[in-house]
Amino acid sequence: MHIELLRRPERSSRMALLSPLIALALTVVCGFIIFALNGVDPLGALYVYFIEKLTAWWSIQDLIVKIVPLTLIGVGLSICYLSNTWNVGAEGQLAAGAIAGSVLPIFFPDWQGPVVVALMLIMGILGGMAYAAIPALLKTRFGANEILTSLMLVYVAGFFLDWLARGPWRNPAGHNFPNSRSFSDGQLLPVIAGQHVTISLVIALVVAVAAWFLLRKTLTGFQIRVLGQAPRAGAFAGFSHNRMILLAFLISGGLAGLAGICEVAGPLGQLRISVSPGYGFTAIIVAFLGRLNPLGIIVSSFVLALSYLGGEGVQIAYGVSDQIARVFQGMLLFFVLACDALILYRIRVVRTLPAVPAKPVVEVTHGRT
Amino acid sequence: MSAVDTVSPPPRPSGRPQGAPTLEAVGITKDFATIRANDHINLGIRPGEIHALLGENGAGKSTLVKILYGALQPTSGEIRWKGKPVVITNPAAARRLGIGMVFQHFSLFDALTVAENISLALADRMNMAALRERITRVSSEYGLPLNPNSSVADLSVGERQRVEIVRCLLQEPELIIMDEPTSVLTPQEADDLFVTLKRLTDEQCSVLYISHRLEEVKQICHHATILRHGKVVAECDPQQETAGRLASLMVGAELRQLHAPEQVPSTAPVRLAIRNLSVPPAHPFATPLENISLDVRGGEIVAIAGVAGNGQDELFDALSGEVHARHADTIQIDGVQVGRKGVNARRRLKAAFVPEERIGHGAVPRLRLSENVVLTRHGTREGLVRSGVVNFPGACGIVGRVTQLFDVRKGTPDPEAGSLSGGNLQKFVVGREFDRQPGVLVVCQPTWGVDAGAATTIRQALIDLARSGSAVLMISQDLDEILEISDRVAVISKGQLSEAHDAHGITREGIGLLMGGSHGGGPASTTEATRAH
Repeated sequence: MHIELLRRPERSSRMALLSPLIALALTVVCGFIIFALNGVDPLGALYVYFIEKLTAWWSIQDLIVKIVPLTLIGVGLSICYLSNTWNVGAEGQLAAGAIAGSVLPIFFPDWQGPVVVALMLIMGILGGMAYAAIPALLKTRFGANEILTSLMLVYVAGFFLDWLARGPWRNPAGHNFPNSRSFSDGQLLPVIAGQHVTISLVIALVVAVAAWFLLRKTLTGFQIRVLGQAPRAGAFAGFSHNRMILLAFLISGGLAGLAGICEVAGPLGQLRISVSPGYGFTAIIVAFLGRLNPLGIIVSSFVLALSYLGGEGVQIAYGVSDQIARVFQGMLLFFVLACDALILYRIRVVRTLPAVPAKPVVEVTHGRT
Repeated sequence: MSAVDTVSPPPRPSGRPQGAPTLEAVGITKDFATIRANDHINLGIRPGEIHALLGENGAGKSTLVKILYGALQPTSGEIRWKGKPVVITNPAAARRLGIGMVFQHFSLFDALTVAENISLALADRMNMAALRERITRVSSEYGLPLNPNSSVADLSVGERQRVEIVRCLLQEPELIIMDEPTSVLTPQEADDLFVTLKRLTDEQCSVLYISHRLEEVKQICHHATILRHGKVVAECDPQQETAGRLASLMVGAELRQLHAPEQVPSTAPVRLAIRNLSVPPAHPFATPLENISLDVRGGEIVAIAGVAGNGQDELFDALSGEVHARHADTIQIDGVQVGRKGVNARRRLKAAFVPEERIGHGAVPRLRLSENVVLTRHGTREGLVRSGVVNFPGACGIVGRVTQLFDVRKGTPDPEAGSLSGGNLQKFVVGREFDRQPGVLVVCQPTWGVDAGAATTIRQALIDLARSGSAVLMISQDLDEILEISDRVAVISKGQLSEAHDAHGITREGIGLLMGGSHGGGPASTTEATRAH
């Protein structure tokens, strides 16, 4: 007896919807086992992890604060991955955006108002784009593997940010804390709900819808899909592969940069030695869990944002390691990628046939000459 | 139907050998999810017999062969080997029984030598020196000369096939299954293969021979089993039948005769001109193109014959604009110099292109047919793209027209391209370009893997398109097809193109000599070419 994967004639649209849910369910099952093995009440822990944070307005606000950067970066990465370009350096582009966007409030502390906030966002986008252009150009000019270069540049950006926050940009009146000066209210994104939910939520949703339109309805989106799936067919259609690599990196880098400046000019309110708890990497999971569909990514950002908060919650309630969120995120990515196989394949259990008894010979019915 | 005349007449079979079948399939049935691919198939292959297995694409030939070779298990039915029921669980078991297979696509490592490649496939390890000696002996015995020390990368396609066959012979099989063995060979190489097959059958080895080339089946096979829709519809002695009758048995209907009106005068305007086109190789395995010149006039079909890998792909890429030429004047469409222009600029000049590879080049398998329409027609100003937004409903309309024009069979109105069978996808890819009424059409292997009925439709469409005033350049490896529909033939060999000859005065052998690279003398035109109809 063995298990066979049978190729489906066409992608199953039912499985395209179901496979992320199956992955989520498998993650919960494995989480149950992990909690049980660690001597933690598994049901209680899962409740704290996945449900409790949805029961209070303050924690829902926290959730939204985390959904915004994950959606922004995830949408950008989905465009990248659909075009078969592998930007894994969004974390660095986020830092670059945060740094570039912080130039104005740090050097012109008195310049305030909507204009400067808009300029900060634009500079954040440009910073992320510029930083993402490096691996893109290395790829198109020299054929350097973009996975390696974009990943290594994450650490360069991280240390550069660290140096800025501890050194030249440190707040002189900040008691030696490694932070920049706090931005004034006129340099922060306007709050639209509660205490923390800023206009960036609207920006993220608009970006997701716009990206969906781009991918589904426009020629550019068509190019992204064609070049991602069949480069030779893309060339036959007259599309340029190198231009697409650059475009994909600029979009995903720009959106990561936007996420960076939205963090700094939002929940953080200042530039710190670190501006993200790994959003750039978590967004990779977000993109795949959302099936690389910008609208699906809004949903998957919610799930991953919950994994951050739930992890903190379990850590506090049951005293488990602070790495628990990473464990859940890792399992989720693992199962999402595995369940992707169900979209193109059916699973069948095959028993090896025993010797078949002889059957009566069936005559050839016609045409024997 | 004229008799087959060849320069060196290959061995001809004389009647079906007698004797109890080596292999017998009894009531073989194979169900896939919803399709019955094989329906109670009975087949007996006698010792020393070349048994043809004929059928259109999707008739169930590959399924049956996979079952006989152990790669698939039948849903019901029985295989008997020398009269005894056997269960062939996998290809290794088939080889142990004495069944060998030569695949259409070779499975050889370029970087290894002939002997190394063969040793990889042998069940038990063997001393290399002894193996080399055996390869030399077996290969010369069967008229398949091979140097065991040469590296596979340096071998021609025909020689690579020899490696596959010798590898098979070393297992001392009593039945060899051959899947389209001559599709990659020149006529002369094919004749050599037939001599080898004769030699094998003299030793009572049986051959199950799958081919689309009916003339060749008539030439060498003792017996034929014809499949249609998974059932055996006829068994016959192919030598007693005409190719046309065999084809209609496969299709289940009389084939339409091709109809080509009178040839166009040589004063017709040149619509596609290639002038001293040279293209350096893009990668180490590419063939450089050297000084290619050719005129294609409105109204005619010019064919480029040649064995695969002699620069056809490179020529197609240069003509389509996927690779730019060095000088603008080397390629001209209706007098416009397009050598440095991209594929869409050429399409806007009413040129259309159909590449050889359907999947991944001519079409994206995971995109819908409507999206695949947009693939080649987004830049032709037909209103499929307005200010950057794609009109997918409009593309669906084109899918409908193409479907009707070429009878593309599909389950849903707009399925993913990859879910179509190879033949239907080919009809779609060709039809997508015909629908534009192109002025210049460059088409590579227009009927590759397409069944006889559809091939006739496509060929007639090519003729009609040309006669309506378009220039058609057809790159093909199928000599029957070339002789059937083209007006002039040029042969590409090692990146060089011969002069174009009048297709009505050339023979298979003449083309074959040019394919081998003998550009010096003109083609021999002593015997009348064999036509399929």
